[in-house]
Amino acid sequence: MSQPGSASRAAQYATNPPRELPKRSGTELALLAFAAFIVTSAFVLVQANQEQELSWAVVWYGLAYLAIFAVAHLAVRRWAPYADPLILPCVALLNGLGLVMIYRIDLAEAERAISLSQEVSSEAPRQVLFTVVALALFLGVLAVVKDHRTLTRYAYTFGLVGIVALALPALLPRSLSEVNGAKVWLKLPGFSIQPGEFAKILLMIFFASFLVAKRDLFMAAGKRVLGVELPRARDLGPILIAAVACLGILVFEKDLGTALLFFGIVLVMLYVATERIIWVVVGLTMFLGGALIAYQLFTHVQQRVANWIDPLATYNEPGGGYQIAQGLFGLGTGGMFGTGLGSGRPDTVPEANTDFITAAIGEELGFVGLSAVLMLYLLLAMRGMRGALAVRDTFGKLLGGGLSFAIIMQVFVIVGGVTKLIPMTGITTPFLSYGGSSLLANYILVALLLRISDAARRPQASAKPRQPVQQAPLAEAHTVMVQRPPQQQTGGPGDQAAGGGRYP
Amino acid sequence: MNTPLRKVGVAMLVMVTLLLVNATYVQFVKADDYRSDGRNTRVLLDEYSRERGKIVSEAAGQVLAGVKPTDDRFSFRRTYANGPMYAPVTGYYSIRYGAGGLEREMDEFLNGSDPRLFVRRLSDMITGRDPRGGNVRLTVRPSVQQAAYRAMTERGFTGSVVALDPKTGEILAMVSTPSYDPNRLASHNSDKQQQAWEQFTNAPQNPMLNRAIKETYPPGSTFKIVTTAAALENGANADTRVTSQANITLPGTTADLENFAGQPCPGNTLKDALAYSCNTAFAELAGQLGAEKLRETAANFGIGMTDLFVPMRVVPSELGDLASQAELYQSGIGQRDVRLTPMQDALLSATVANDGVAMKPRLIDSLLAPDLSTIEDFSPEELTGEPALSAANADVLTDMMIASEANTSGGGKDPALRIASKTGTAEHGVDPKATPPHAWYTAFAPHDDPKVAVAVIVESGGDRGLAATGGTVAAEIGRATIAAALGGG
Repeated sequence: MSQPGSASRAAQYATNPPRELPKRSGTELALLAFAAFIVTSAFVLVQANQEQELSWAVVWYGLAYLAIFAVAHLAVRRWAPYADPLILPCVALLNGLGLVMIYRIDLAEAERAISLSQEVSSEAPRQVLFTVVALALFLGVLAVVKDHRTLTRYAYTFGLVGIVALALPALLPRSLSEVNGAKVWLKLPGFSIQPGEFAKILLMIFFASFLVAKRDLFMAAGKRVLGVELPRARDLGPILIAAVACLGILVFEKDLGTALLFFGIVLVMLYVATERIIWVVVGLTMFLGGALIAYQLFTHVQQRVANWIDPLATYNEPGGGYQIAQGLFGLGTGGMFGTGLGSGRPDTVPEANTDFITAAIGEELGFVGLSAVLMLYLLLAMRGMRGALAVRDTFGKLLGGGLSFAIIMQVFVIVGGVTKLIPMTGITTPFLSYGGSSLLANYILVALLLRISDAARRPQASAKPRQPVQQAPLAEAHTVMVQRPPQQQTGGPGDQAAGGGRYP
Repeated sequence: MNTPLRKVGVAMLVMVTLLLVNATYVQFVKADDYRSDGRNTRVLLDEYSRERGKIVSEAAGQVLAGVKPTDDRFSFRRTYANGPMYAPVTGYYSIRYGAGGLEREMDEFLNGSDPRLFVRRLSDMITGRDPRGGNVRLTVRPSVQQAAYRAMTERGFTGSVVALDPKTGEILAMVSTPSYDPNRLASHNSDKQQQAWEQFTNAPQNPMLNRAIKETYPPGSTFKIVTTAAALENGANADTRVTSQANITLPGTTADLENFAGQPCPGNTLKDALAYSCNTAFAELAGQLGAEKLRETAANFGIGMTDLFVPMRVVPSELGDLASQAELYQSGIGQRDVRLTPMQDALLSATVANDGVAMKPRLIDSLLAPDLSTIEDFSPEELTGEPALSAANADVLTDMMIASEANTSGGGKDPALRIASKTGTAEHGVDPKATPPHAWYTAFAPHDDPKVAVAVIVESGGDRGLAATGGTVAAEIGRATIAAALGGG
């Protein structure tokens, strides 16, 4: 470049310079290695604090973790080379921290079981197994779904399967669907799954596709009342159906958390699709009404609210605030920096490795650790959102936005419940909680996010090479002409540097 | 579609911010409430699994309460060497029933949460070591404690022995019998703990009661030390004439008050009265002095103090109402409503021994860091700030107590000990004449350079029943304790 100054100025004016974007998979690998380092250190800390001597289990878990994510990384390189390099490391770190906490709670429960001379059951090895299966599924999704837009072809199938999966536990007899009072399971011989976790993603695909197809309908204005355009009554159909479905989950499956999650996601997707805030207003009104009715009708909803208002007051009641109070005690005991991994007593809280795993993290890693985990979720969702913003098709935008929001919504519902911000509704914490269904479903979610983010940054090979719009001042026109040649080499491997790091 | 997506992004940011703000509230603002909530077992369990500091005896440094590593979830178990012998000194430490006695009073220091240990704990945090509790060094001398405990238990006596250093107030021995084994309460087996607890608390002799400081008894004739001190302070001397009648009628009543065994007093001076423990003389003396003067001197001995901590609280000793002459007469010989703790009774001798100045009794010599460096040393303090009697009068009273010792029977007499003492045989119960009396002995030695003051009480006559006297039952125990204290140097 003989005239670097004018060349860069030319690039500044070229809105769509033909070039190859950097894949930055090196960044991803480095970040994954960093995540592996953190997770292995966490394991070592747990071991050191719990058993005073390091056992070979550390090596086993550490290597398993590295191997699993090395494979995932290679798959992303192969099938989604332009995907955001931060998404997978965030997930890997969350998943790894979850494994460490589950392993740590295993140790505590084993100790207690031994002192009570009961059977010891370890859940960490099973969670590792779930992670392996989940990553296999993740690879499968990346390999099969080459372009997220193909999903729209099966939208109605997905929608149907999703509804059936969601309704199935409610329809099946209790013996096949109920665990701990929540009728959300599908008990199969040998293992159980929570179909709702998968239904979440299937229904989001359906909803995104449906909204994109019928977008114009929803954008049509209805009557104006007090200067606000109301949607037409007949367009209220989908949101009413969603509301009824959520109420159904609430009534038949006693699953407040999932109902809340679904409704939030539907609202946000509707809002994104129509760009009209009125849908959010309508939805929130319906939510408030539904919540009031549910509170009047169901004692378990009343109990949850009472536990939320003062868990210490209902501490001794059956189904009372014991669990939340213990979680809060744990968080309070942890304080700013926590007790240190392996030095606290997170096993005091019932369900410490599933619903209350964030209480365990807050206890042992303190506010600092809990904030770090929350920031990881935010980073993950924001990178997903970035993909959604950058992708070119509306379906991708809507699905990416919905999936990203779903992560934060779920985190908000469960962490908010654990920290007494909102009433506790038992749902899993993405990637952290023990449980196969949740992990599997969330890895599919991440695979889709990666697919969308890959599409957003991938050079459009099929698109006709466009002439850069000549916007440079006349005086500099000839320098632009000199810089043209790279456009003929679109997709060539050797000219990454010419891109200058910009992407749409 | 990007505008609403950006807004959703902002909403996500807001949601996470809300979670963070709320977490701040829970983990900062409310953290202390949650941490210290009684239902939060974490702090308690942490405390139990921390290496608790030791309780060690004076100079020789015998470990009275230590810890033993265990492989259960509490990591350490409290162990007591000679549990029953030292139980009144150490107290107990139970996971199920909490702590008692010194274990409870010094809990924060022993478990390591005391601010005085903070700098050390910080360094422990940095070096990654488990924080350990501080150690408490006592003033108790094992040889004295052992001699007193043996003497009491050999014959199965119920009662208490207290030995003090009269010049410093250091408690050299504090025995209460029958006793209990705190090791059983420290067991990590919940059932065994419960079994031990129920056995101890249901036993009729109440072994967990620390009689030395938690129980009051009528002091009987040992109280004559106070009456005499009051008389001396108010103008009397050793040769002051007193009545030698065998019995007198209580003013305003028809009831008689008689000398021991109904005998007239062998002498008619104040000195004789104390030496022979003549009830009639002291009853009259108390009547002449009046309630106010008697109370004033008693208060300077520490009687009536409600805030005495050694560091366990000593229940207040009391004189009663002293409302009438009759009450005064009876109180003058340590009956009626006069009630002293064995600790207070030892203070009577100790005060006379220390030229009339009562020293504040204390059990703790110093507080040591986990590495045994001294954190805090305690120095002697006066108990009331007012001498109970002048040094000259103390010498006069000492002479009388030497004479009393000469007249006292009982075993273990050794002129080399040079004891000054006073016995007591206190009636109690609903039918005092038919109830075996409490046998008392309070003394100090050597009388020319006092090193130890003791009080012994054997409840309800010990093994002698109605025939028991302070001299025949309690004196021997007191002398054995003194011998151990002087012999051990």
